[in-house]
Order: sequence, then C-alpha cells, then structure tokens
Amino acid sequence: MKSAVITFPGSNCDRDAVVALQKFNSKVQKIWHQETKLDDDLDLIVVPGGFSYGDYLRSGAMASISPVMQEVKRLAGKGVRVLGICNGFQILTESGLLPGVLMRNAKMKFICRQVHLRVENIDSDFTNKYKRRQVIKIPIAHMDGNYFAESDVIKRLEDQSLIAMRYVDADGNLTDNSNPNGSIFNIAGVFNDTKNVLGMMPHPERAIDPDTGSKDGIGLFQSLLW
Amino acid sequence: MKVRITIGLKKSVLDTQGKAIEASLVKNLGYPQISNVRQGKFVEFEIAENDQKIIKQIVDDVSDKLLVNKIIEDYSYEILK
Repeated sequence: MKSAVITFPGSNCDRDAVVALQKFNSKVQKIWHQETKLDDDLDLIVVPGGFSYGDYLRSGAMASISPVMQEVKRLAGKGVRVLGICNGFQILTESGLLPGVLMRNAKMKFICRQVHLRVENIDSDFTNKYKRRQVIKIPIAHMDGNYFAESDVIKRLEDQSLIAMRYVDADGNLTDNSNPNGSIFNIAGVFNDTKNVLGMMPHPERAIDPDTGSKDGIGLFQSLLW
Repeated sequence: MKVRITIGLKKSVLDTQGKAIEASLVKNLGYPQISNVRQGKFVEFEIAENDQKIIKQIVDDVSDKLLVNKIIEDYSYEILK
C-alpha cells in the first residue's frame, strides 16, 4: 500500500495522518505542496487537516490552486483514492473534486469535541469495513464545517448514495442537536461520483487509539488499506 | 490602474457574521434603526493594464478561479482613480 500525505503551508494534521497510515502498514510519502509530479502507482492520497494558508480568503481556497493539486486531480481522475480530512475536505470542494462548500459554523464557534456519525454508505473503498448505518464516535475540530450545496446537487448526492456520513445522536438518529455546525441534512462527509474521493470534516486519524477517546476511525483505515 | 473587487455572500445565504454584527449595532450601540446588516470583503490591486475590457476579463478570471466561491458568493468591482 503506497500512500502520500500532502503538506501545505499551515497544514498541521499531516503527521497524525502519516502515523495512522503507517499503523496500518502503508508506505507513506510526505509531499510538499509545490510538487508537480506524484507517483502514478499511489493507492491513496491524503489531504490533511489544519489551517492551510491560515484559512486566508476562504478555508482551502489558496491550497486548492497549489501546484500539487493538479497532480491530485489527475490521479483522482484515474481512480486513485483521495481522502480529504477537515481542511482537506475544504480543499477538495474548492478544487472541484467534491461538490458543495464548507461555510462558517452556524453558531459561529470553533467546535472541538467528539461527535457521533452514521456511516450511510458502506459500498466504498473507505467504508466497507463498517456496518450499514453503524454509529461511530469521531472527533471534530473546526470553525468552518457547515456543509452546503444547491438543492439539485443535494438531490443528486442523495439519489446516487454519495453522502458518506451524517451527524447523529448516540442512538443513530438525525437530530438538530447532533449537528454541530449547521450542515445541510447533517452531512459530515461526501463522495465524488465514482466514490474514489471522500471528504469528511471529522478526524478519523484521531480515532485509532483508545487513549484519544475512540477507536472508531480504525474501520476507515482497515477498509482502505487491508 | 487600481481595481477593487467587493465580495459578499449571496442574498440567499444566511450571513451569520452579519447577524452578529447587527445585534451588536442594535443592542450594544443602541441603533434600532439599523437592519439587514451584511458583511463581506474587498480585494484591491494595481494592474499594469489600461484596457477596461482586458481588466474585466482578468477580474472575472481571478474571481472565478480564486477570489470568489460562486456557490455562495457574489462580487462586483470598480476601477479606482
């Protein structure tokens, strides 16, 4: 398993992503955002969390036009798996690899806590080790995680089962209280049309060690790497 | 030439920061006459170009590719003297 984790100026969750991938026996390349060539035989590219370019202008906007993103788009088009976490999700929407946009949290607070997610679609390279509608506990830490897309886009996401995960309560119910940031229909993560690209606001790489409060992120890495 | 691009959320998008500012203006500064506060940003630059058609093309291109998220934002621009 050959993975790459990209570092932009201001990315700070790249190391945690590398550690998670190595824990599941992947060889990991650390790629600086100015790289103009990535290996064609990569199995997975991770666009990590953090504050690329300080979230200046819009979160992920400037990172999305970094030189390396041309390569990420090229490889995504060839079916290489791409996982965008938090700021990575923002970068993927800004680059057009995923639909929609992540806006300022509805209650205008930076939210840093565990949330419950329901895995909506287990028919993907990222989620096949979970059970359908399994409820998992994963931490979030963000100010701009309020997912929005136009109603025709949302309809397409629903019709094609491209919503990967939703915020729910501990019993798996979709409620307003369980939605930390105001995301439309409690959407926490989405796939692209061919489900080789996943963007999610929560941090699965921070849920692989019981010492950090949850091991529920393990399923995602097992799905990808085993 | 100097160009100023003004970027704001579309009217259909809830402007939570605008609402927070409005509450402060109305309640804390005591101006109940004020309503519908919206906030945005501007990006200003100098451009070594005099042809207004070309300036418009460049403004539209940089807005489309970086400065504006067309899903939730609108923009306008002016050429400053």
